[in-house]
Amino acid sequence: MTGTETRTVPEQTRDDGALLEVRGLSVSYRTRTGLLEAVRDVDLDVRAGEIVALVGESGSGKSTTAHAVTRLLADNASVDAGRIVFGGRDLATLSERELRTVRGAQIGLVPQDPAVSLNPVKRVGEQVAEVLRLHGLATRRTAPPAAVELLGRAGLPDPATRARQYPHELSGGMRQRALIAIAIAAGPKLIVADEPTSALDVTVQRRILDHLQHLTGELGSAVLLVTHDLGVAADRADRVVVMSRGRVVETGPARRVLDDPRDAYTRRLLRSAPSLAAAEPRTPPAAPVPGDGAAAPLVEVEHLVKEFPLPHGSGSARTVRAVDDVDLTVHRGETLALVGESGSGKSTTARLVLRLVPPTSGRIVFDGEDVTALRGEKLRRLRRRAQLVYQNPYASLDPRFTIGEVVTEPLRAFRIGDRASRTARARELLDRVALPAATLDRRPAELSGGQRQRVAIARALALGPDLVVCDEPVSALDVSVQAQVLELLAELQAATGVAYLFISHDLAVVRRIAHRVAVMRAGRIVETGATGRIFDDPAHPYTRELLAAIPGGRVRAGGPTGSERPEERT
Amino acid sequence: MRRYVLRRLAQAAGVLWAAYTVSFLVLNRLPSDPVTAMAGVGADQAGVDPAQVARLRAEYGFDRPVLAQYADYLGRALRGDFGDSVATGRSVTSTIGDALPQTLLLAGTAMLLAVAAGGGLALAATYTSRRWLRQALLSLPPLGVSVPAFWAGLMLVEVFSFRLRLFPAFGNEGLRGLVLPALTLAIPTGAIIAQVLAKSLLTALDEPYVATARAKGAGRARIHLRHVLRNASLPALAVIGVLVGQLMANSVVVETVFSRNGLGRVTASAVSTQDLPVVQGVVVFGAFVFVTANLAVDLVYPLLDPRIVVAGDRRWSLA
Repeated sequence: MTGTETRTVPEQTRDDGALLEVRGLSVSYRTRTGLLEAVRDVDLDVRAGEIVALVGESGSGKSTTAHAVTRLLADNASVDAGRIVFGGRDLATLSERELRTVRGAQIGLVPQDPAVSLNPVKRVGEQVAEVLRLHGLATRRTAPPAAVELLGRAGLPDPATRARQYPHELSGGMRQRALIAIAIAAGPKLIVADEPTSALDVTVQRRILDHLQHLTGELGSAVLLVTHDLGVAADRADRVVVMSRGRVVETGPARRVLDDPRDAYTRRLLRSAPSLAAAEPRTPPAAPVPGDGAAAPLVEVEHLVKEFPLPHGSGSARTVRAVDDVDLTVHRGETLALVGESGSGKSTTARLVLRLVPPTSGRIVFDGEDVTALRGEKLRRLRRRAQLVYQNPYASLDPRFTIGEVVTEPLRAFRIGDRASRTARARELLDRVALPAATLDRRPAELSGGQRQRVAIARALALGPDLVVCDEPVSALDVSVQAQVLELLAELQAATGVAYLFISHDLAVVRRIAHRVAVMRAGRIVETGATGRIFDDPAHPYTRELLAAIPGGRVRAGGPTGSERPEERT
Repeated sequence: MRRYVLRRLAQAAGVLWAAYTVSFLVLNRLPSDPVTAMAGVGADQAGVDPAQVARLRAEYGFDRPVLAQYADYLGRALRGDFGDSVATGRSVTSTIGDALPQTLLLAGTAMLLAVAAGGGLALAATYTSRRWLRQALLSLPPLGVSVPAFWAGLMLVEVFSFRLRLFPAFGNEGLRGLVLPALTLAIPTGAIIAQVLAKSLLTALDEPYVATARAKGAGRARIHLRHVLRNASLPALAVIGVLVGQLMANSVVVETVFSRNGLGRVTASAVSTQDLPVVQGVVVFGAFVFVTANLAVDLVYPLLDPRIVVAGDRRWSLA
């Protein structure tokens, strides 16, 4: 089971011409600084029943192109040129009223972030039923049961109960299934899926993509799959369209584009995609400090437990055990990756190690000192030696600070040096993370995601810590930027001997950076071992499941052969 | 749910007690007292018999230690007795009770007008796709907020009473007499509601679930009223809780401008004659209204947004 369902496009539709035919599409945004051309002269075809992946990095115009298809662009965007021919009509010229009969009925949308894409104050069933009511496909009486049936088809367990619940009562995966139910409700000919699983865990991602593929196959709907993940595109698509800087740089059958990319940008994208690159044998980072067997570990955690109280009246349990009897050690200069899905307790474990939250029980030893119960000034000294890099570089930098202020804040907090020496240190740190000194006076909003994460890393290193906890440090970044940031982290480790506790749900990323891996599930560590061993010879079934869920299996396995193509399940 | 309400009621009682205590202490620190005011206004106290003043002071209990007065008054206040007005000799409770219906009618009408006009303005401004119209409509609320109530009242009187002779300029008679003062009172209140609601409507319109609704084929009106309004109404609702207090305060000015009887007038004259028991009664009553309004707002929240769970209790809903 590699989870790579593929389908054959019915031959008769293949020659009927395209279901969707985009020609010379240009879209621009009016911004404060002037007109921004987001999409330029894009041609794109989607044939009936086909899956086309639209691949590119953020800012490549792929989402704008997808939204332009249903004219769901932001208010400040305008379609400057081009035709969007769908079912014989040019959608670019339709009025808003005419578009309403196309949207939902003939083109369904699966949006990007399931957490915020459902109306929080309406019941899930109501939101599915709305599509049917809008297009006259059900009456007030028949819509609710029809919605329940659709939720069931989208793979939600116990759909009748889910229909009565509100979005916040459902997990991310369940919400995405509800959104899929909305998209397929009217049996559309085309489904536009805009990064439908980027916000979800890998195993959930795979199940949902499997299901979406299966459902659209059943309905005969075509899919325009927008993704930044070439692995996902490789697994799912019949054809791939690669976009860069608003233009299409390469189009072709998925196999051909991935095996024999003709465009330089496509080649670069392929090289940096962690899920695909993992197929190449990669030299693991240099071994930790020699003789570490003798040296005492930097961090030693024993029988760590964290319980959170539950709100009253939610079942019998009064508490939930987020971290359950966790043992781990981090040596100097080493990277230990903590891997697991959301809710597995990996972030809580990291916060416990940093003493940002107090443990319920257990022991944390930092450099030989028991820090479990440290308070006041002693705890502040620990802060100086253990730092944190957050997942979201857009939220973790104070937007009102200049970059110089951001980087020197830890120095100011510990009253280290004077203004001049702090600025000198900031300059040196920025140089270390490969940012120009001119960045000092800029503000976070003026930087790209990758640059911001570099700033966050510089800030974490300002005090010369022994340990940096990196909580999903590259998850919010584009693949090519991910690769650069990972390289930077490895370089800094080699230069300073800092140890990383690296939290990630992405095994492909972990493989590039970690010396050792600890796999967490439901608060427990199910397996620990050297990175190579975990990837080549996983002992625990859950580890194997995680590994199998990494997208791009079709490419790594050397292409789809008849034997590995599982039958579609019902 | 019940525990939540009980706890909130206890908090409300605490707020009322604090309002009573603070107002008592502040009013007692004033350099003069009602007896001095009664005996002869101004600094010139010649001709006033000091013995008579002292007797009056003793009669009202102003000569006793502050703490003793406080304990005594608080005990009686708990039984609903806020003492008698120094100016008229009537009980504070009936003074406020008599004035209340007029003010409730005025403030209630003003609030309805404010919600309808402010809400309507916010909806219209965010609904229109004409840029200039949106800008024009959105510039009205700041104007409404910055115009002082007395000035707006005088302008309305000038235009609608003296020029057009549509509505009476003063007095309590009939519904026609209510129009101008209610309008005056509604302007700043409605402006704030419009400002807050428009802002949160615009924010909500940018939420991804709106894109989902558009992708379903929903039209603008449907998205506005069925999807966005309920999500956007929470901040406006929170503000309304606070605005109830502001309405009370503004009614003092408006009732004076329009020479209407009501709580505002009672307050104004009590303050000018230093009628301490009445002032204190008004302060406590104001706190009561404020606390009640905000409790009501908090209880309505979970009905509008299922994500809000009242104090760890199971969700409390209409269903």
